[in-house]
Amino acid sequence: MSGSTVFEKRLLTRDRGSGILQKLWQIPWIFVLLLCAVAAVGYVALYSAGSGNPDLYATKHALRFGFCLVMMLCIGFIDIRLIARAAPVAYVVGVGLLVMVALHGEVGKGAQRWIDLGPLQLQPSELMKIILALTLAAWFHRASWERVGNPFFLVVPAILILVPVGLIFKQPNLGTSLITAVLGGVMFWAAGVRWWKFAIVIGGAVAAVPIVYENLRDYQRARITTFLDPESDPLGAGYNIIQSKIALGSGGFWGKGFLQGTQGHLNFLPEKQTDFIFTMIAEEFGLVGAMGTLTLLMLVVAFCFLVALRCKHQFGRLLAIGLGTNYFLYIFVNVAMVTGSIPVGGVPLPLISHGGSAMLTTMIGFGLVISAWVHRDAEFGPARD
Amino acid sequence: MKLPRLLRLRREKGGIANFTMRGVKREEEQRRSVFTRRALLLAGGQLGLFGFLGYRLHTLQVEQGERYATLAEENRLSARLLSPPRGRVLDRNGQVVAGNRLNWRALLVAEQTSDVGATLETFSRIVPLGEHERARVEREMRRRRRFVPVIVREFLTWEDMARIEVNAPDLPGILIDVGTTRIYPEAEHLAHIVGYVAPPAERDMDGDPLLQLPGIRVGRSGIERFHDLAMRGRAGSVQLEVNAVGRVIRELDRREGQPGQDIEISVDTELQKAIRGRIEEGTSVVVMNARNGEVLAMASQPSFDPNVFNSGVSNAQWRQLTNNRATPLINKATNGLYAPGSTFKMVVALAALEARVTTPYERVSCPGHFDLGESRFHCWNRGGHGALDQRTALKLSCDVYFYEMARRLGINRIAAMSRRFGLGVDLDIELPGARRGLVPTREWREAQGRGWALGDTVVHGIGQGFYQLTPLSLATMTARLATGRAVQPHLTRSIGGRPARGGRPEDWPSMGIAERDLRLMRDAMWAVVNEAGGTASIGRLPSGYGQMAGKTGTTQVRRVSREQRERGFRVESLPREYRPHALFVGYAPHDNPLYAVSVVVEHGTSGSAAAAPLARDAIVETFNRFRAVPQPGARVADAERSGR
Repeated sequence: MSGSTVFEKRLLTRDRGSGILQKLWQIPWIFVLLLCAVAAVGYVALYSAGSGNPDLYATKHALRFGFCLVMMLCIGFIDIRLIARAAPVAYVVGVGLLVMVALHGEVGKGAQRWIDLGPLQLQPSELMKIILALTLAAWFHRASWERVGNPFFLVVPAILILVPVGLIFKQPNLGTSLITAVLGGVMFWAAGVRWWKFAIVIGGAVAAVPIVYENLRDYQRARITTFLDPESDPLGAGYNIIQSKIALGSGGFWGKGFLQGTQGHLNFLPEKQTDFIFTMIAEEFGLVGAMGTLTLLMLVVAFCFLVALRCKHQFGRLLAIGLGTNYFLYIFVNVAMVTGSIPVGGVPLPLISHGGSAMLTTMIGFGLVISAWVHRDAEFGPARD
Repeated sequence: MKLPRLLRLRREKGGIANFTMRGVKREEEQRRSVFTRRALLLAGGQLGLFGFLGYRLHTLQVEQGERYATLAEENRLSARLLSPPRGRVLDRNGQVVAGNRLNWRALLVAEQTSDVGATLETFSRIVPLGEHERARVEREMRRRRRFVPVIVREFLTWEDMARIEVNAPDLPGILIDVGTTRIYPEAEHLAHIVGYVAPPAERDMDGDPLLQLPGIRVGRSGIERFHDLAMRGRAGSVQLEVNAVGRVIRELDRREGQPGQDIEISVDTELQKAIRGRIEEGTSVVVMNARNGEVLAMASQPSFDPNVFNSGVSNAQWRQLTNNRATPLINKATNGLYAPGSTFKMVVALAALEARVTTPYERVSCPGHFDLGESRFHCWNRGGHGALDQRTALKLSCDVYFYEMARRLGINRIAAMSRRFGLGVDLDIELPGARRGLVPTREWREAQGRGWALGDTVVHGIGQGFYQLTPLSLATMTARLATGRAVQPHLTRSIGGRPARGGRPEDWPSMGIAERDLRLMRDAMWAVVNEAGGTASIGRLPSGYGQMAGKTGTTQVRRVSREQRERGFRVESLPREYRPHALFVGYAPHDNPLYAVSVVVEHGTSGSAAAAPLARDAIVETFNRFRAVPQPGARVADAERSGR
């Protein structure tokens, strides 16, 4: 291409991600430190959830995080363009796993969600969210403003969203399928899809609510009814919400103190090491601890947004904002759930909750974000057809 | 389409420009600015949602924090009451007459056995279980949580326990533990005095949390009921930390309760048993310490076994007790009502002396009958006693003399004197439900809408008529005659080791009756027993026991018609339930009164023949028990001391 040398040269000189050492220098260590802080909060909370016995949850958590940390940094070194090229493969693998789990996954709590990979149980729906962000970022990377305005251009990504959403919904896992759909919607939005198209889709979704409700499983309906009136069934489906609110509320401003929480240790609180770990923190460390944790998590999301804004290529921008939003959705749904603000959805708080699947996929996602940061100035123009 | 300014996008014309470098750059710029705007908007939205979470946390933890803290405490804490041991009842010698027995029980904990049915099956091969007993266990098992023990069998014997222990490996989940149960070692001997306990009924719930405890008992009658609060004690409590399923994690606080207080009663169990051994159905005997009013024995036949009420009385047993014509549940000494008959004559005589309507020396002539207008009132001695003074009239129990005295006094002066002797008034005995009896007055009769005739007064002069008096009040009357003090009968000697009021003679005030008059009565009562011709010669004490003073009484339960009289009526020919009651009141020793006694033998026919010997034996037994066979001039205090 003639006349492009200056431009190209400038791009190349600013491509600081060529050498390994340079890349190491480029790793956002503050972000890594932030993640370590979040994992440390998780360690403390799990230590307490194990009633002072680290062997129960905390040690495993630390080891798992260490492994995931190394993996994340490794992913961070991978060239962002390579990652973009791998997106279609990843998508096929992700959907393949979802199909596999539908065919012969482990059944847990009335839903097929897990694939047993020996030492690790993988929840493909968690992985799928990361893959979806990746795939959509790759798709829209090629899209000019004009093309995004073309409805036919949106058919393919819409299908890309609907296939996994449908598969997850069939597991059945209403919460994750909704979160996946929302994530896809946010990607569309960030890519510049026009407002009115959202209006149509949202309007259609609202109209579809009665139809969806018809197809819900009984336990999913129970979740919604008990959310609307938890006291109606204090020992049954409403028990979790009520006990979580009691534990949380009784923490007060300063909390009951480390290992002093009563509701968690006396087992009033269900699944305190996984979905209700935030309640444990709020009970023992009060509003101060809860808000501190929330702030820490918010900073993690904020970093993803920073990466997105600083990225010179659309792929990195969309990827970072998608993964940041993915983590945000985990946090929001989980905390809203334990505070009784939305129906219980079985959504963990990754990096804090006990559980490998969510941590693994979240850390993979952050690895991608780091890669986007390291390669933020890489020459990665939209592909030409 | 009109959009907000921030979101409005510049429309790019000329797609061809995209193929130039400049075009690429411009396109990139454009995408970037759209993205930046939308990313910031998204960030703002997410920040808003974080704000919402913060607001929720603030609402829950700060605004409603206290409410949830309370709920958390309620979740966590469980208070349990500790039942204190019930106070015992001891007799005056320290012998336990109502105590607590260890109750060995077999319990079953569901979670400690894999198969509840199999364990019960094995258990019933060792200790046979009834069909409904097993049904009850299984029902309770379903209702309770799996770690809560359920009682399989109570009151295990040593043999049962030994067999259970030996077979313990085959009985997973079976535990043996011990509770307490009320026991009355003397069974029916003191049932009317000590009373019994039963599980509390709805009306017993006085707000004492103790009554909510399983296995708790409240006093239903007698001392058990009267001193229920003192014997009950105060419940202790433990604060327990429990987990979500109610299992106890640890004890946070323990407050020991106060054990119930022991009650010492004045009754002497051996004396009571000896007297009960002598008497038949329908008889009641009261022996009192004449000086301080302590009841030493109070027997009423028949009686019942209070132990059956503790473990729950069956319907058949209850019907048998309540429908029994001999009324075993009723203490005749405090609830049996009788006309006093001639035992009442001292009261009339004293009233006459105090009212100065006669003198001890005035002689009244007895022709065998007393005429008042048209009516004729007979003396028990058809031939008449001739002229006799007061002492002789009492000794021979002449009716005509007392008809005359009553006529002179009027009914109300007799009633007033009766009340001073504890007749027809509340004696405050510690036996709930004790009757006060009835001493008629003119006003009482008029309140019934009936008139009072002089003839009524005359009949009441010999203790017949409307009188309804308890044997206990007659014993009280006798004690007052003997000591001149207004002693009241009581049973409580000490509560929780602290002496009760009324144990010393000085605790009781003088009746305010002239000592000279009282001495005349005592002399006449001595004559009744010890002088030739007295009506109760049979009541004379054996030698070495000193002398007793007393008075007989025989009261008609049915009017004897003139026709019968003329045909030479003999009481013995009547069916038993129409025969007169036999009464005797007395005290001993006559010259230094220590003990007062009253005996009522229902349908005993004759006070002299049926009641006096019982009174004699009761007094002799009392002396034997208290080893106070008084030598002439023996000091009361010595007797008291050696009696303890």
